[in-house]
Amino acid sequence: MRRLWMVLVLAAAILAPAVLYPVLLMKVLCFAIFASAFNLLLGYTGLLSFGHAAFFGGAAYVAGYTIRELAWSPLAGVAAGTAVAGILGWIFGRLAIRRQGIYFAMITLALAQLLYFVCLELPQTGGEDGLQGVPRGTLAGLDLSNDLTLYYVILTISALVFVLIHRTIHSPFGQVLKAIRENEARAVSLGYDVDRYKLLAFVLSASLSGLAGALKVLVFKFATLTDVHWHMSGDVVLMTILGGIGTVSGPMVGASLIVTLEDQLADKVGALVTVIMGAIFVVCVLLFRRGIVGEASAFWQRMLGNRNSPGI
Amino acid sequence: MTAAASNTILQTRNLSKSFKGFVAVSGVDLKVQRGTIHALIGPNGAGKTTCFNLLTKFLEPSGGQILFNGVDITAESPAQVARRGIVRSFQISAVFPHLTVLDNIRIALQRPLGNSFHFWRPVRSLEVLNPRAMTLLAEVGLEAQAQRLAVELPYGQKRALEIATTLALDPELLLLDEPTQGMGHEDVEQVMALIKSVSATRTTLMVEHNMKVVAGISDRITVLARGAVLAEGTYAEISAHPDVVSAYMGSKAGHFERGAAA
Repeated sequence: MRRLWMVLVLAAAILAPAVLYPVLLMKVLCFAIFASAFNLLLGYTGLLSFGHAAFFGGAAYVAGYTIRELAWSPLAGVAAGTAVAGILGWIFGRLAIRRQGIYFAMITLALAQLLYFVCLELPQTGGEDGLQGVPRGTLAGLDLSNDLTLYYVILTISALVFVLIHRTIHSPFGQVLKAIRENEARAVSLGYDVDRYKLLAFVLSASLSGLAGALKVLVFKFATLTDVHWHMSGDVVLMTILGGIGTVSGPMVGASLIVTLEDQLADKVGALVTVIMGAIFVVCVLLFRRGIVGEASAFWQRMLGNRNSPGI
Repeated sequence: MTAAASNTILQTRNLSKSFKGFVAVSGVDLKVQRGTIHALIGPNGAGKTTCFNLLTKFLEPSGGQILFNGVDITAESPAQVARRGIVRSFQISAVFPHLTVLDNIRIALQRPLGNSFHFWRPVRSLEVLNPRAMTLLAEVGLEAQAQRLAVELPYGQKRALEIATTLALDPELLLLDEPTQGMGHEDVEQVMALIKSVSATRTTLMVEHNMKVVAGISDRITVLARGAVLAEGTYAEISAHPDVVSAYMGSKAGHFERGAAA
């Protein structure tokens, strides 16, 4: 059943450029990676980071700089961005993980703001302009300046990332993360050094968020302050909650919905788009606590339950 | 009882804890003998749970020493203490609610496998633990519930699951914080029998309010009052102790008589 779904989604993704604009699809994929990486932390470890823009944007700048200024290949640039995001994640994690709840969120936000101002002031990042005109280059002879080619490259990477995230959730490590989320004191009393598990989860989440940010640079050919701005941290929280915290496909659904809506509404309603997003968020929190995927699967379970219950 | 020192599994020396001037535990010298069931009792607010939290390092002592098998563990982290073989339960049932019963047990069993950081390995790699997990579940009568979520279990079964999870670590010293709290009459009997049977091969230190349980299964009792040790001895000794009777007064003194009768 699950496998059938995966095949269907993959088939749809392969055929999608025939009907939809590839750049929009690529943006959806980047944010789907970002939200899934974020969900690894929020949904499976119970940590709400409000500074994930730092990893997304930090990696975007590193990728943009290495590719444009140092003439690295696109793949090397993306890898560098991902690695730097992982290192940033380790530093942020070391500082934030000892705190819990709102304090954890505040520390991650503060550190991310610090990075925002670094990106604003450093000469290498181009200040208010950001890094513009980052070339897409070529990968193994493929010309990435062709949208369709780049789309399939990014789709391949995304598929691998989703497999990795799915595996992480369903691994011995993922089991410990869930235990920590469910009852941290109990996990400690069973001998787990919970801080070390949280730190690894944080580094993984930060690295994959960085990968998303670096790929986004290839798509749009620029890295700007928007990528490190706290709005970006908020957006990813919104996508994850809307799609369904702690569900494997929820963040992808949430990201697709938000990105598509933003794209469709941008020309029509202008600045009102923020108000609309806010309204969606409020409705979601009030009515669909479990998010779209969470509610849908709960509904499905109820249907199954009813069918199986003795109805003679 | 020959060499008393080697028979002592856990010892505290002058253990103290104060919260901003309020002394919750003061100068507690506790000695737990290997292979016994040792009960820690006392009126509400006597510092029993604080003592437990200090012993398992969930709280940092303000002063004093904790020795486990003669080794000073005062400076260790809670997880380190747990890995040494001191495993605690909690006052409210401590299960992982949205994991299955089987997964709950496997969380306890998987750490020694050494693959708990392996995020690239499939969860199938934990299936080697299933036979051991099912044996543990069978011991507490939960084998039929293995695939249910822990949150769906009735209270008594949650406590049983918690005890099975604790036993999965095969702890040398079991710390039980009010194991029968909130239980009905039949459940209490069952848990008493369970504690008795699992304590055959290990040492148990428990905080317990139910005097019937204390009288029924503990070998030795320490009475705490206002954070300090008031008396120590067997049930017969402490129930005859004038200080203990006056500390409990009225209805609680009645508790003692009823417990002794049972």
